[in-house]
Amino acid sequence: MPTAIEEEVQQLPKLSNEEIARYSRHLILPEVGMEGQQKLKAAKVLCVGTGGLGAPLALYLTAAGVGTIGLIDFDVVDESNLQRQIIHSQSTVGMLKVDSAERMLKGLNKNVKVVKHNTMLTSANALEIFKDYDVIADGTDNFQTRYLVNDACVLTGKPNAYGSIFRFEGQASVFATEEGPCYRCLYPEPPPPGLVPSCAEGGVLGILPGLVGVIQATEVIKLILGIGEPLVGRLLLVDALGMNFRTLKLRKNPNCPACGTHEIKELIDYDQFCGIEKPTSVGPLEVSRDKAVADAAVVDGIPQISVEELKKKLDAKADIFVLDVREPHEYPIANLGAPLIPVGTIESRIGEIAGHKNDEVIVHCRSGARSQKAALALKAAGFTNVHNLTGGILAWAEKIDPSMPKY
Amino acid sequence: MNIHIPTPLRTYTAGAETVSVPGATVAEVFSNLTTEYPELKQQLFSNDGKLRSFVNVYLNDEDLRYLPEKEATTVAQADELTIIPSIAGGADRMAECVCCSCCSLL
Repeated sequence: MPTAIEEEVQQLPKLSNEEIARYSRHLILPEVGMEGQQKLKAAKVLCVGTGGLGAPLALYLTAAGVGTIGLIDFDVVDESNLQRQIIHSQSTVGMLKVDSAERMLKGLNKNVKVVKHNTMLTSANALEIFKDYDVIADGTDNFQTRYLVNDACVLTGKPNAYGSIFRFEGQASVFATEEGPCYRCLYPEPPPPGLVPSCAEGGVLGILPGLVGVIQATEVIKLILGIGEPLVGRLLLVDALGMNFRTLKLRKNPNCPACGTHEIKELIDYDQFCGIEKPTSVGPLEVSRDKAVADAAVVDGIPQISVEELKKKLDAKADIFVLDVREPHEYPIANLGAPLIPVGTIESRIGEIAGHKNDEVIVHCRSGARSQKAALALKAAGFTNVHNLTGGILAWAEKIDPSMPKY
Repeated sequence: MNIHIPTPLRTYTAGAETVSVPGATVAEVFSNLTTEYPELKQQLFSNDGKLRSFVNVYLNDEDLRYLPEKEATTVAQADELTIIPSIAGGADRMAECVCCSCCSLL
């Protein structure tokens, strides 16, 4: 396995005595040794995202002595990140993630150079950012960026140490090496948004990104050192509940538009490719979409109602029917006392609420997205007066009942 | 034979991680699977009966797309089918799954 480092071996940077002492447990490993440690020092690794996967990844790469760590993130640290994003801490809540991460990395290893890219990775900036790095580690959280990172890696010829997680499951691989397959060989097309109704199954076991992020870091180190068998042409499946690890063979697809036929010669519009509405200049995608829902009085034929209006109606004991469409496990966290029918089961359980067909129905969820979907289903089933609660129970906690927890 | 069901699709198999379904070929196994769990059909197959392009199916550790006989491949009781989901989670917002791009909106 050739090393991912471009520099000639004789030009590798020297280690100071302090570095030799620090990395002694590497230096006495014959597979790393002096030259390997120098390769690590010469290496430049870009961590795309400093969240669940990026946190352990960047920490271990820093500890291992990777010379330059690039961090790309546009977000700020939120307290709810700390359940898994161990690169941030209580004292950096509210800070830019790249600043918070830099503080932790510098605290761990003063020798590392941290390059901060406080921006969203886009088709306009990806190639320019990637070209300065040897290895890219993809720890993002959406399909658009996955395809963007993949295509930019193929176009710039940089290997992609890939990791992905969902609830209790993880995946890892190394994509876009010269001889191996790329992400598009595995997933030629993204799944269409909204195919499966049960999107309420989000969430992730906090330690799982630790597990998968460290696997990514391992692959990055192997690529830099040119040792072992990296996950090229293999997909590692991690099942944390069963604690099973399996690898499946991945093949390079000769017809892959990215790495096979090379018909993708430049980066495309990945939101469009994934069937997602374009983000606006307001900020990240979900902010702009949330806002669009919140601002309009009627969305897709469903009138939107504010928490203030709902409060008035409840206080006036108006004849309304409030329906909660979240999942049962969310109910004990916070609720408005409304009957619960999860959005995924609403079509099959519509008979239970058929008596409210001509009542004023107000549907709510956590933040207003699932309830909009449910409202549309109710309308399609013949309900005549269905409203969606803007901002969901989070808005209620924010504006009406500050004692209610937000999750 | 056993079929491994990924987390996002377990809603449709009453939470089961592995389901055991009879059949002599991959196609037969899938047909029996979707008879037993009808809601899986729409998730795995398009209206013209083809496996959806973003659904990856592995027979043991081989991609079905690269087996010469594809769905017509014969299977033994000891073989295993694995459905590989597209998952994209990793950073800050709620992880996205095969099901949606709206998890981040929850």
